[in-house]
Amino acid sequence: MPLYRSHILVCTGTTCVLKGCTAVQSALIAEIKRRGLENEVKVVETGCLGISEKGPVMIVYPEGVTYCQLKVSDIPEIVEEHLLKGRTVSRLVYTGPVTGEVKPAHPGRQKEQRIVLKNIGIIDPTSIEEYIAYGGYEVLGKALTQMTPEQVVAEVKTSQLRGRGGAAFPTGIKWELTAQAKGDNKSVICNADEGEPGNFKDRLILEGDPHCVVEAMIIAGYAVGAKTGYLYIRGEYHQSVAHTEKAIADAKAMGLLGKDIFGSGFDYDIKVFKGAGAYVCGEETALIESLEGRRGESMVKPPFPPTQGLWGQPTVINNVETLANIPHIILNGGEWYAGIGTEKSKGTKIFSPCGDVFYPGVYEVPFGITMREVIYELAGGTKSGKPFKAVLVGGPSGACVGAESMDKTFAYEDLAPGAGALIVMDEDKCIVDTVNNCLKFFVHESCGQCIPCREGTKRMYEMTKSWTEGQGEEADLALMQALTSNLALTSRCGLGQVAGTAFATSYKLFPDEYLSHVVGAECPTGKCTMTNGGGKNNG
Amino acid sequence: MLETTQCPNCKKTDVADIRDCVRQFGRDQGNLIPILHAVQKKYGYLTADATEEIADWLGIHASEVYGTATFYTLFSTKPLGKYVVRLCDSPPCHIEGSLSIQKAIEEDLGVGNGETTEDGLFTLEVVSCFGLCGVAPAIMVNDEVHGNLTPEMIPAILSKYRKEGN
Repeated sequence: MPLYRSHILVCTGTTCVLKGCTAVQSALIAEIKRRGLENEVKVVETGCLGISEKGPVMIVYPEGVTYCQLKVSDIPEIVEEHLLKGRTVSRLVYTGPVTGEVKPAHPGRQKEQRIVLKNIGIIDPTSIEEYIAYGGYEVLGKALTQMTPEQVVAEVKTSQLRGRGGAAFPTGIKWELTAQAKGDNKSVICNADEGEPGNFKDRLILEGDPHCVVEAMIIAGYAVGAKTGYLYIRGEYHQSVAHTEKAIADAKAMGLLGKDIFGSGFDYDIKVFKGAGAYVCGEETALIESLEGRRGESMVKPPFPPTQGLWGQPTVINNVETLANIPHIILNGGEWYAGIGTEKSKGTKIFSPCGDVFYPGVYEVPFGITMREVIYELAGGTKSGKPFKAVLVGGPSGACVGAESMDKTFAYEDLAPGAGALIVMDEDKCIVDTVNNCLKFFVHESCGQCIPCREGTKRMYEMTKSWTEGQGEEADLALMQALTSNLALTSRCGLGQVAGTAFATSYKLFPDEYLSHVVGAECPTGKCTMTNGGGKNNG
Repeated sequence: MLETTQCPNCKKTDVADIRDCVRQFGRDQGNLIPILHAVQKKYGYLTADATEEIADWLGIHASEVYGTATFYTLFSTKPLGKYVVRLCDSPPCHIEGSLSIQKAIEEDLGVGNGETTEDGLFTLEVVSCFGLCGVAPAIMVNDEVHGNLTPEMIPAILSKYRKEGN
């Protein structure tokens, strides 16, 4: 392997691509070649560096200088000044947001503790060699050659890792149930059907460090005695699909997948399965239906997948983030992992603040961090500088939480984080309009097989829609509450059960805003178009 | 109503061609969604011939193929434009102004949600979240993403595709 004096990491995550990083990268490679530096400087494509809103972004090592908002025309100057003369081009150095109010260079990132995201933005996700150079697949070797499947499961149990897709089921117990269940064709499914609005962490992991998930899926397969792993990725995640497909092909070529891995006698294969646009397929039984070639309709539980899942066989289904923790747990031990976080919530959690925040992005922090730290320090507070109004924790299916909960901690025993989405609203945003939009989402995504969800979400949407138009009636509010609890009690799966949560929780926080819409036909923020007189119309 | 398959270039129906596309996959039902992806990619939509062909190959009823295809938003049973403009209107994009983006696209293209322009270039679809919440409001045009949008940016984005597509 040749030695380079400089490495330049160019972010080619989805959000940087739309900022034009491809042209910048090509210009960089061409300029390096023109200057005859191709044997001294290596350009590495990485996953998202976490500041893609300032893209195109690149980091020059060993100095660790980050350049942002690059144009093709900036490249000759960087090559000339930085790479040839060793002088930093200060006008392009990333120091924080460039537009709007001047804030210091993102101090909040110091609060991060990166375990799952350790390699993101550092390695080239399309290079198995780089993953291995950073310690990748070493843990797989350890698990397969030095540990029994029972020991792997025990280590995961000791870590007290819980599912990161939102439901927070203990991962070790899920693995143990599957390992103990009888079946000769067990499967591991990685649920990468990330569809909850406000969540984009799994995309970042798969784009930026796909081998980590592949390695974890092999370990999971060994632990439970599975033969096949399925990576169910939502169809819209083109780069995730491309990177994981390449990762799997490269792992196969190196004998890390296939027959007799590491000479352990363990045979295992992974297939990428592209979803086709259905939020409900994130629900595990619906996902299995989809994998089997049917409509993604959820099934009545029990049986649960660990005893009867894909093709009627025992199946482990884990979220991407959950799995990405596994290699680190096996490497450092379950005790180590259980030492991070709070008493009942172990390890780290990835949050994705978005909406009205200054630095939308993906942040990995230990459990026990306060909501204030995440929203104000990591995400930089509101983008407009206006007062914070509310946040949907976990997305439309989660709770609407107000400023009074700012000092609560994210932990399963305090404020449950869901899958980590934080959709932040400043005081200009209308709660009724937002909840109506959440319900629009559920109407669209209901699979339609059970009546409470199919009809209930539609009625709730129509009712809140009428409120945003000033056409509400006072009796609506009681009806809406009744529908919310009916759906929670009678829907077949989680989708319908939580469809009314955003309404119920926000109604408790902002009863006057609802009354003003429903009874007074007035929108206090002026967001809603009142066709019934009252309220100002600014669309 | 399903239409008869036509080659997107010569507009001729070619059942043998569909057959080749379908039969590269195995015959168990677990291949249904991968097959639908392949047909969608090749012909732009699922046709009556393709539905029958898939049903025959997998040994299931055509209604099951159709029922599955119509369940998923990425599959279509009618022809789509050369460029499918997918606009997210889920909460993160919604609160950052996706409706104003929708309005700008509708004005530029002269079509509404679910409609295709007369020249067959563009179809507009208002869809659920596709995970670009960090750069909301966002759209996808086929596989390409555009984020941090303002209504003023829309004409330039669309005209780029219009030039490419003509």
